[in-house]
Amino acid sequence: LSKYYEHVEINKCRLLETEVIKSCLSRSNEQCSFIDYKDFKLIYQQYAAVFIVVGVNDTENEMAIYKFIHNFVEVLDDSFSRVSELDIMFNLDKVHIILDEMALSGCIMETNWARILVPLQILDKMLDS
Amino acid sequence: MSDIVEKTLTALPGLFLQNQSVGGPTAAKASFSSRLGGLVRGITALTSKHEEEKLIQQELNNLKATVSAPTTTLKMMKECMVRLIYCEMLGYDASFGYIHAIKLAQQGNLLEKRVGYLAVSLFLHESHELLLLLVNTVVKDLQSTNLVEVCMALTVVSQIFPREMIPAVLPLIEDKLQHSKEIIRRKAVLALYKFYLIAPNQVQHIHVKFRKALCDRDVGVMAASLHIYFRMIKENSSAYKDLTGSFVTILKQVVGGKLPVDFNYHSVPAPWLQIQLLRILGLLGKDDQRTSELMYDVLDESLRRAELNHNVTYAILFECVHTVYSIYPKSELLEKAAKCIGKFVLSPKINLKYLGLKALTYVIQQDPTLALQHQMTIIECLDHPDPIIKRETLELLYRITNAQNITVIVQKMLEYLQQSKEEYIIVNLVGKIAELAEKYLLVAFGNVLVLNTVDTYAPDNAWFIQTMNAVFSVGGDVMHPDIPNNFLRLLAEGFDDETENHQLRLYAVQSYLTLLDVENVFYPQRFLQVMSWVLGEYSYLLNKETPEEVITKLYKLLMNDSISSETKAWIIAAVTKLTPQAHSSNIVERLIQEFTTSLDTSLRQLAFELKHLHENVKLMKSLLPIDKSCEDMVVDASLSFLDGFVAEELTQGAAPYKPHHQRQEEKLSQEKVLNFEPYGLSFSSSGFTGRQSPAGISLGSDISGNSTETGLKETNGLKLEGIKKLWGKEGYLPKKESKTGDETEAPPVPQESIIMENGDQTVTKKDQSQVLTQSKEEKEKQLLASSLFVGLGSESTINLLGKADTVSHKFRRKSKIKETKSEETTTDQNIICSSFSSSSNVTYEEDYCLDNLQDRGDKELKKFSLSSELLDSESLTELPLVEKISNCRLSTPSLFADNNMEVFHPPQATAASVANEISLASSLLEETSEHIHSDLMEVCNNETISMSSYKIWKDDCLLVVWSVFNKSGLELKSANLEIAPAENFKITEQPECCLPVIEAESTKNFQYSVQMEKPFAEGNLSGFITYQVMDTHSVQLEFSVNLSLLDFIRPLKISTEDFGKLWLSFANDVKQNVKMSESQAALSSTLKALQQELRLHVVDIIGNEGLLACQLLPSFPCLLHFRVHGDILALWFRSSCSTLPDYLLYQCQKVMEGS
Repeated sequence: LSKYYEHVEINKCRLLETEVIKSCLSRSNEQCSFIDYKDFKLIYQQYAAVFIVVGVNDTENEMAIYKFIHNFVEVLDDSFSRVSELDIMFNLDKVHIILDEMALSGCIMETNWARILVPLQILDKMLDS
Repeated sequence: MSDIVEKTLTALPGLFLQNQSVGGPTAAKASFSSRLGGLVRGITALTSKHEEEKLIQQELNNLKATVSAPTTTLKMMKECMVRLIYCEMLGYDASFGYIHAIKLAQQGNLLEKRVGYLAVSLFLHESHELLLLLVNTVVKDLQSTNLVEVCMALTVVSQIFPREMIPAVLPLIEDKLQHSKEIIRRKAVLALYKFYLIAPNQVQHIHVKFRKALCDRDVGVMAASLHIYFRMIKENSSAYKDLTGSFVTILKQVVGGKLPVDFNYHSVPAPWLQIQLLRILGLLGKDDQRTSELMYDVLDESLRRAELNHNVTYAILFECVHTVYSIYPKSELLEKAAKCIGKFVLSPKINLKYLGLKALTYVIQQDPTLALQHQMTIIECLDHPDPIIKRETLELLYRITNAQNITVIVQKMLEYLQQSKEEYIIVNLVGKIAELAEKYLLVAFGNVLVLNTVDTYAPDNAWFIQTMNAVFSVGGDVMHPDIPNNFLRLLAEGFDDETENHQLRLYAVQSYLTLLDVENVFYPQRFLQVMSWVLGEYSYLLNKETPEEVITKLYKLLMNDSISSETKAWIIAAVTKLTPQAHSSNIVERLIQEFTTSLDTSLRQLAFELKHLHENVKLMKSLLPIDKSCEDMVVDASLSFLDGFVAEELTQGAAPYKPHHQRQEEKLSQEKVLNFEPYGLSFSSSGFTGRQSPAGISLGSDISGNSTETGLKETNGLKLEGIKKLWGKEGYLPKKESKTGDETEAPPVPQESIIMENGDQTVTKKDQSQVLTQSKEEKEKQLLASSLFVGLGSESTINLLGKADTVSHKFRRKSKIKETKSEETTTDQNIICSSFSSSSNVTYEEDYCLDNLQDRGDKELKKFSLSSELLDSESLTELPLVEKISNCRLSTPSLFADNNMEVFHPPQATAASVANEISLASSLLEETSEHIHSDLMEVCNNETISMSSYKIWKDDCLLVVWSVFNKSGLELKSANLEIAPAENFKITEQPECCLPVIEAESTKNFQYSVQMEKPFAEGNLSGFITYQVMDTHSVQLEFSVNLSLLDFIRPLKISTEDFGKLWLSFANDVKQNVKMSESQAALSSTLKALQQELRLHVVDIIGNEGLLACQLLPSFPCLLHFRVHGDILALWFRSSCSTLPDYLLYQCQKVMEGS
């Protein structure tokens, strides 16, 4: 699952992703969660088998993003009730919708759980009925 | 914030699952039976990349068939979209599905629509052509009564929307700002934020609405509007100073926990909101004491409240620290912030340590003593196993580098460089090292020149060359091309001291020769190029080795297969330079033989040049003088020496030369007309590009394109020209001024250093007592620390020892007088200093082995020589404070002056001044009756004077007149008005701007003519007036005047015919529909209003269409086309200037709304 807030060529995406994944995997637990990659920073967090990586530019507050990732995971956990990597894989549309609620055009826009989940819940209700 | 390339990746489960057995967890999820599930399972079960490709291709083919089949239901389509998204995520092209995604968004029910929109936002980018098809759907959904649909449309608008189509949805979104549901309002604000990002001009007229959003009763909406403000303030902080109060209040409320509980995150109130607010405050308070004062309290509060031990509070703290150090400093806050940094740095948690280092790096430039407090931690971080921490530490060290610790720091950087593999890091680091090395080489030279004492430890020539060698060999071909160029320039230009130059060059030559002697070593091409240039230029400095030997070495290099032909060209050029100095020339001849048959034309060219020169030794010697690379070459760009030759050829019937473009034109038009324009110019341009690299000397061949006959004859003469240029290639660039300035600026003041030395000694003694109790490893670190922080050390002693401080201050003052005597005293100091170092040596002997001891002693000496420089820099830091204060402007008038047509009567104006204004106005009328002008407006006043200003809209420029009325009964002397240079304006002073005297109760005028350099909506012109009352101290009064675009718009009187012609010639156009109120229904009345308000010229009115024209001074025409359509007025602007139509549109809208 990936989301770009600036346009990147599709084949470049692929390359970028492999490099990013490589650099994240090569790091151990004792090392810090921020990596310099080219001219931006990667901030990652690992949840069991799932890595979540955010690339930001130099001016961003690393810790804020780090906790934002955690918030994102908490929201996912809430909506899938105990989220696992399989939930994310099989419901990538839903995850995208949640992410769209939380961040738009490159900025954090909503961190309030209840509010993030409102649109999704409405959609779910529609599906049931 | 959104220049962030933000990216979330959770693609990893796929990787992980490949190694897992697929049975267990997937089976548990079997209930989830969709095609996507099947696909995902299929892929995770695969073992090789190749199989995956096959499977996906198959899947894509399937999907292609399904989506284009007419029987596919929307529900199936939705499934397909999700699968397509998955495929594209894995990096396979799924572009055939894009159009279907748009269709799905158009036709589906809510859920399907959402997936359709989602697919669109993931697949397409802003300028994708298919996006236009989406606009209609978005417009429809925006008007829908279903909240969810509106929500979705707003989301997609704020994600991705074509710039040109903004006018189509803008009014709809504006309406949504008043919606009753917070989520709609919030999303509308974000959509506007997006518009602001991609087309700021188009949302200018709704800035008021942003303010409303900021005051929204819902926190979410307010938070969303902060993003817009952050952007706007980042671009122009001065325009939003008045909002500081609001931001502070908001932050106070957030920090105080006044928000609804569900905004808390782990019981911290809205942390991200706090961070955003802090960031805005940091921008607002930068270099602005008055604004900063407003926020001290709330920052203090934030720092205090954020002491909970949760990760997210660290983020807030970090931002707080950042803000505290950005704004106008306040000592208490700085102290607290420093404490915070300490906590970060000392934290065992690695992420916090990283943050601490980052904060330190930021802070260190303002307060280097902080680095001293944490020096041991920094040393530890330097040896940290995590390379990221290491890099951050190096970054920090890079910032605190000074002349004394540079050798150690560069050493550390090189070590890191040798370990790292990533290209980006190498390029970056290499640049930094080179920069440092060059910078401090200059400083070191400056010191040597002035002090004449033995400066043993500062970076010297050998160190410099070695460092650069390391840089070149590691950085190799990836580094920035400026680095070798700068290095060569430095060598070539040299310094003021001839012997130093000599040494430096000689050392370079020697080191390169040794490097070349080493067998089987591969050097990067760039390094070889640098080597060959230096050898070519400066081999004459060698005593032992003869030019022949050097040539032999170069020749050996040349025969090496691994080097590129560009490098070969450099080498041949070097050989060419050396040949005249050589006595025998066997090798040169061999080289000529070898390369005159080379397949590479530029190499062959060079070889031929060498051959011809070699045949004529005398000419060669005059052409290639020794050590003249810095001399300016006079190049005859017009090639006038050929004129006679050309004339001769022409008389013999040769075709005149035509420049390349002309030949092409002629080819195109098939016209066989001779053109007799001179051809010199295009030659010269190609000639100059030839100077860029030695490979480019093939100038002769350019010219031989002329005609074969002339070409052959010309080569000889032209070749010489080419070589001359080669000599000028690295040539003299007049960039010396800054360096020499630096050198002279730092004259050391010796007396102080004695005191400083005292301080240092006490500190080191303290250190030693500690050292004794610590382990040996610690000692080593301490030593490293002392060498790293040596420059800062002397400053810290000032802080530690109050006494020393005051004394040194005294000395500083004295030293100015005594500067001339410094030579005498230096000898004294030497004695003192040596005694100090010897005493310290004694104490050290117990702990360290001999070589350590040596180091230490050397360092003391070095400290001594340079500590004075630090004091200088300290006194310099006081200066910016003064500047900052003077930067605070009286900005209040500008706030009210939004519409500058209005007369602005300050309520406190005295009767006298009002009366005066009237009399003034009447006098103005006489002067300026032939031009339209604005009313008088008071811009500032105090007890003695009152200043008013008015504008005169002359046909060719805008005149701004400031009139100063002296209210007091006293005479004012040396009144002087100064206007600060503004970014977008060109201001020219009219005569009589400095008046010696303003008599009591009289008025004087200052006139300035203002021109707009590039169009924009509004701008501020500020300045100050100074005057003296009765020979006392001078008083300064600041003011500012608001100028709008309209001040620079003049009617353009043209005929309808001309209008038509111009209309077609302009490329930039903007269209907009405006609703008209009842009263405006008639076109003519609307136009009249526009004519009056905007000073437009009505060219023609045809039926329900109107043509208008105007120009922006000095000469940017803009044409307008109006058409009435029921109650809708269609405006269409065209101009030669790209941004002008947007601004004019904004003004038109303002007028229409107003009337």
